[in-house]
Amino acid sequence: MDALVPLPVAIPLIAAAALTATGHFLEKRVDDLTAIAASAATLVISLLLVFHAADHRLAYWMGGWKPRHGLAIGVSFTVDPVGAGFAALAAALMTAALVFSWRYFDEVGTLFHVLMLAFLAGMCGFALSGDLFNMFVWFELMGAAAYALTGYRVEETSPLQGAINFAVTNTLGAYCVLIGIALLYGRTGALNLAQIGQTLAGRSPDGLVVVALTLVVCGFLVKGAIVPFHFWLADAHAVAPTPVCVLFSGAMVELGLYGVARVYWTAFAGVPGAHDGGLRDILLGLGVLTAVLGCVMCFLQRHIKRLLAYSTISHAGLMLIGIALLRPDGVAGSALIVIAHGLVKGGLFLCVGILLNALSTVDELRLRGRGRALWPVGVLFTLGALALAAPAPLGLFLGKSLVEGSAAHHSYGWVAPLVTAVTIVSAGAVLRVAGRVFLGLGAAEDPLLSPEPDEEHEVAQDPERSGVLMLLPTAALILAGVGMGLVPGIEHHVKHAAETFTDRQSYVATVLNGANEHTAVDSLSLLTLHASSVAWSLASLVGSVLLALLALYRERLVGRAARDRAYALVGGGLDALRAVHSGVIGDYVAWLTFGVAALGGLLALVLT
Amino acid sequence: MSYLPYALAVWIFVVGIYGVVSSRNFVHLVVCLTVTQSSTYVLLLAIGYTNGGTAPIFADVPQTSKAVDPVVQALTLTDVVVSVTVAALLLALAIQVQKRRGTMNPDELRELRG
Repeated sequence: MDALVPLPVAIPLIAAAALTATGHFLEKRVDDLTAIAASAATLVISLLLVFHAADHRLAYWMGGWKPRHGLAIGVSFTVDPVGAGFAALAAALMTAALVFSWRYFDEVGTLFHVLMLAFLAGMCGFALSGDLFNMFVWFELMGAAAYALTGYRVEETSPLQGAINFAVTNTLGAYCVLIGIALLYGRTGALNLAQIGQTLAGRSPDGLVVVALTLVVCGFLVKGAIVPFHFWLADAHAVAPTPVCVLFSGAMVELGLYGVARVYWTAFAGVPGAHDGGLRDILLGLGVLTAVLGCVMCFLQRHIKRLLAYSTISHAGLMLIGIALLRPDGVAGSALIVIAHGLVKGGLFLCVGILLNALSTVDELRLRGRGRALWPVGVLFTLGALALAAPAPLGLFLGKSLVEGSAAHHSYGWVAPLVTAVTIVSAGAVLRVAGRVFLGLGAAEDPLLSPEPDEEHEVAQDPERSGVLMLLPTAALILAGVGMGLVPGIEHHVKHAAETFTDRQSYVATVLNGANEHTAVDSLSLLTLHASSVAWSLASLVGSVLLALLALYRERLVGRAARDRAYALVGGGLDALRAVHSGVIGDYVAWLTFGVAALGGLLALVLT
Repeated sequence: MSYLPYALAVWIFVVGIYGVVSSRNFVHLVVCLTVTQSSTYVLLLAIGYTNGGTAPIFADVPQTSKAVDPVVQALTLTDVVVSVTVAALLLALAIQVQKRRGTMNPDELRELRG
């Protein structure tokens, strides 16, 4: 069974190499089929690994370089259900995106498939690796493929600008990670996560460890699109081809947060003071800031891809809140949010892709009422939007309620209303789009939304092509995301996986001592519908529908004087917020530098 | 072992970031990015350096002789390979920007506001 471990990386890489070599001679359909087959095989193997690793972790040593006397020299893949689950999610989204691409592009060369497969290999490698430098290499592979995919339509300018912003900020993030790794290697002499954790454990952190932690965390947070490192995300999503956005929103951003959690729980969790309130409060603050800013910016967009991108930022904030609690049930909540959000958001992006294909624009106002003919897409889009509102027990509900419960346990009682408010705003924005585009509700003009001059030309207008091959993966993703909470025992399994993920002692035992112990968990609990979480979910569902209606019909519902007063009150703030998202790379890098310095200062204050 | 290489690494990193932030030309920006990156080479090599150490090749010297750490050198090499890819990609994108828009100035591209 161990032989399966390297396959999620090997299969896509080998398929990518084969396609590069032969793609020029073969039919386009052969490229499509090869890529889809490789990605589906990766999905199956990742799922097998999830089940196989469910009761004990797997440590696989490349080239058989096993540790001697508890000292790791080789590079390991350390597979637990969370890591393998991430690989499976990425492969599932990739398969859906590739099936969708079958009929989507007018002209797509072999390179598209090659890049997509390399991207998948990078994500799987990052999720499975147990070696810090190896994680960096996968991180960069995933990044390089993603930059190229963003700028895939090089004949236009805005994809270029989006790709450059994305590449420069994320590359700087990667350098931060690398410097952090170098410092950790200098201190511990190790690159294996378990070994680093063993060496750091029990020693109180000094300046060097704090700087290393800051740099590694900041680097991964750039990929995780956490404020103030989030600017690249909306630019990249707005311009990347829609099937690529599915991967960006559904898996890549979450992998940044996964990196933070993985490194924290394996390398830093043993450091005295790491569990204390200080670190928790800092991460919680970042999560809250990201969630709130993301949902406000989301509500202000009329470019639907950009709107969904800001909604992803907002959800990344919610996931970070779950991780920031530094408890297994918080991690479990975040993991459940990641799965449901990845599937639903992927499906929503594919809906937008179909709109773009049929109607040549993704501008909410220009599309007003024009989506009526595409009613199956409208039904799916609305379902996805409702799933984002987290109604019990569907969509994002399970994860959201676990995070809320975990926070309440920590006497962070304010997290539940805050998460609900954020959910209302971001789901309300998506519902507003659904109402305006597919039902023709609301006004034709909306001065609140950001102006949107440019048009999309990703695909030529051809309604004939919006065939079943585009609708099928869309429906599959949305329905899977909506129904995910209904899978029997999923909450229990994810909780168990999170217990395994956060258990540093048993991680070290598996990796360094080759122990094959069962990771038993005692706190078994079935799906628990607490009255309070059901109440919050009802509030978010009703609230988001009401907010969407208010946004559409505010001219009728609210008097002119009251509206003017409201604009005067918040208008300046919103304009400032828009101005901050300037699209200029220099500004983004300045924010990144500021973020690293501020986070480093705060961590130094609380840890030393 | 002196602190000089570490101070140098920090200096190169900061100078590179300053260049990226203040850049008015995409090619200049990409070069500044590689400057930032070279700080990681200096840092990595400094970490593995020992005074009086030889290259870590034990073909014609006794196995017990002092040598610098080969691991960081391998890391540096990987780092070079990985980042050259990104730099090449960015330069290709910069050429396309020049072709499409006739400008190299990031400030003149304002499609992605708000």
